[in-house]
Amino acid sequence: MKKLLLAATMTAVLAACQSTPETQEPAGVEDRAPKATPGPTTTPVPPGGVPGTAITDPSKDPRLKDPASTLSKRSVYFEFDSDAIKVEYVPVVEAHAAFLRQYKNAKMLIQGNADERGSREYNLGLGQRRSDAIKKRLVLLGATESQVESVSLGEEKPVCAEHDEACWAKNRRGDMLYGGEY
Amino acid sequence: MAIVGLWRQRLRSRLGVIIRGRYSPRSRGTFLARFPQSGLRTNRPVTQTLRTALAALVLVVGQAHAQLSIEITGGGGDQIPIAIVPFAGETQLQSGLSDVIEADLARSGRFRTLYTGPQDPPLNEATKVNLADWRGRTADALVVGGVYPAGGGRYEVRFRLYDVPKQVSLGGVAYTITAAQARATAHRIADFVYEKLTGDKGVFATRIAYVVKSGPRYTLQIADADGANPQTAITSNEPIMSPTWAPDGTRLAYVSFEAKKPVVYVHSLATGQRQAVANFRGSNSAPGWSPDGRQLAVALSRDGGTQLFIVNADGTGVRRLTSSAAIDTEPRFSPDGQWIYFTSDRGGGPQIYRIAAAGGDVQRVTFNGDYNVSPRLSPDGKMLVYVARNAGRFQVAAMDLATRQTQVLTDGGRDESPSFAPNGKMILYATDAGGRGVLAATSSDGRVKQRLSVPAADVREPAWGPYPAN
Repeated sequence: MKKLLLAATMTAVLAACQSTPETQEPAGVEDRAPKATPGPTTTPVPPGGVPGTAITDPSKDPRLKDPASTLSKRSVYFEFDSDAIKVEYVPVVEAHAAFLRQYKNAKMLIQGNADERGSREYNLGLGQRRSDAIKKRLVLLGATESQVESVSLGEEKPVCAEHDEACWAKNRRGDMLYGGEY
Repeated sequence: MAIVGLWRQRLRSRLGVIIRGRYSPRSRGTFLARFPQSGLRTNRPVTQTLRTALAALVLVVGQAHAQLSIEITGGGGDQIPIAIVPFAGETQLQSGLSDVIEADLARSGRFRTLYTGPQDPPLNEATKVNLADWRGRTADALVVGGVYPAGGGRYEVRFRLYDVPKQVSLGGVAYTITAAQARATAHRIADFVYEKLTGDKGVFATRIAYVVKSGPRYTLQIADADGANPQTAITSNEPIMSPTWAPDGTRLAYVSFEAKKPVVYVHSLATGQRQAVANFRGSNSAPGWSPDGRQLAVALSRDGGTQLFIVNADGTGVRRLTSSAAIDTEPRFSPDGQWIYFTSDRGGGPQIYRIAAAGGDVQRVTFNGDYNVSPRLSPDGKMLVYVARNAGRFQVAAMDLATRQTQVLTDGGRDESPSFAPNGKMILYATDAGGRGVLAATSSDGRVKQRLSVPAADVREPAWGPYPAN
């Protein structure tokens, strides 16, 4: 009976997780999630399980890997020589800010990147400017400063190796990674 | 140009050096046919001190690597014609001596080496040389010498340098060496000849550091200035960048991404031990040594942005140097320790500025163009080289700090990371050849060019080491 109760509880919790407010993709997918649903609490689960308990390890939250969840999106792309977060990426940053608010124990590493042109060290600075911009936005939206570390990989870890603008655009990027993912 | 017909390159395969310049097609064909296929070399320590150092390095990784090959792509005028006669008995030493000396001098672009062939009767440092005869053979300088067993696996190497037109000896040196020190000895002889004949100190006995990217693997290597004896200091699956030599040549500072973010390490070459000297929250990069080797200027993002800090070489005593809303990076001390030159985009695009090492007002140094980065001071402090973007092409440029006159030294499109030889006469830099990273060098007047490459690998981030300790 206890097992059944636990299973029921977990199902309910998972359902709650999935209905946590999600920000929309720019393509305009309809958002049916109710607004301002509180996320799972971080109360530890006592042995045997008690109704109302939830996931405490943020890395176990299935939304992080669910392609349907904005939280599975981790990259913010930038214009040449810019650290401005483009409108289309604001929902992604907002979703992660909400996640960091929800899980006070979650830690994030933001790796900023730059395209290959010019000095490697200056490009490290440009990547830092981008990761700092994402961090600043997350903190403005309620994440705590200590949760987020912004660093730069400069031009050293390109995802695309061709020497053209299409490729460079993919490399001007900030990636948000949670503890355990890097 | 009758001289061209007389001149032959006598390069042998074990040198791993390609000379492309004024030579006969026949000698070129012969040489290329002998070019080593694998380029793999065994560990051949160079001096007693270095041997210990290198043994430690090999223990760390224990891996042989493809050697840099060097190609001269341009030549300066006013080259001194010099004949290096094969040293008597030099075949006792595996690498010989005269080939290495000859290749060193030719690579500098300031000498034209004349083919001598075996002499009959053989010449050595004790021979009474008929200098008038050598004058007829168009040599302005002549080197003769010999190798003599000294017992216990050791050899005595003696040589003499002659000024042929003046018909006088310019001196010579005797060394007692092990067979393993033959190449190092040849470099020292080349340094002697170079200094006597040009008035500038030679850099043939120095070493260079560079990063090789091969597939997903990054290797920080240290080789002799001619690319021989490559040794691995560290291998990583994450990027390594910005290696810089401590002024005494015993340590390298560099940036490694093994912690998924940039961290500055100081690596002792003798022991292979290293220490993270800047591992603060955020990014840590761009180490530049103070002339006394006690401090490093670094770029840190720990307080937000990318700003300059000074930290002791053991990682203690960090203090902030610049305060701007811009990117301040690539700090380099001037040789007198008074100034720190750096890259900053505080004026919009990146330009080179300087600040007193003790802190103070910031002065802008570069004004031409909208992208000037990576400042490096010449060892005498009189010249600044940096990377300038000209019509979308990144090239190494030089500025005379007294007159502020600038000159573009290189003609590539992706030239970066310049590094002065300790005599200030050559600048090593990274460039691109067919989509692959290679190293190149230019004389500081832009006239002599060399290219150094490792087959099938990306080479970047060169740093020319200081003069050896003794």
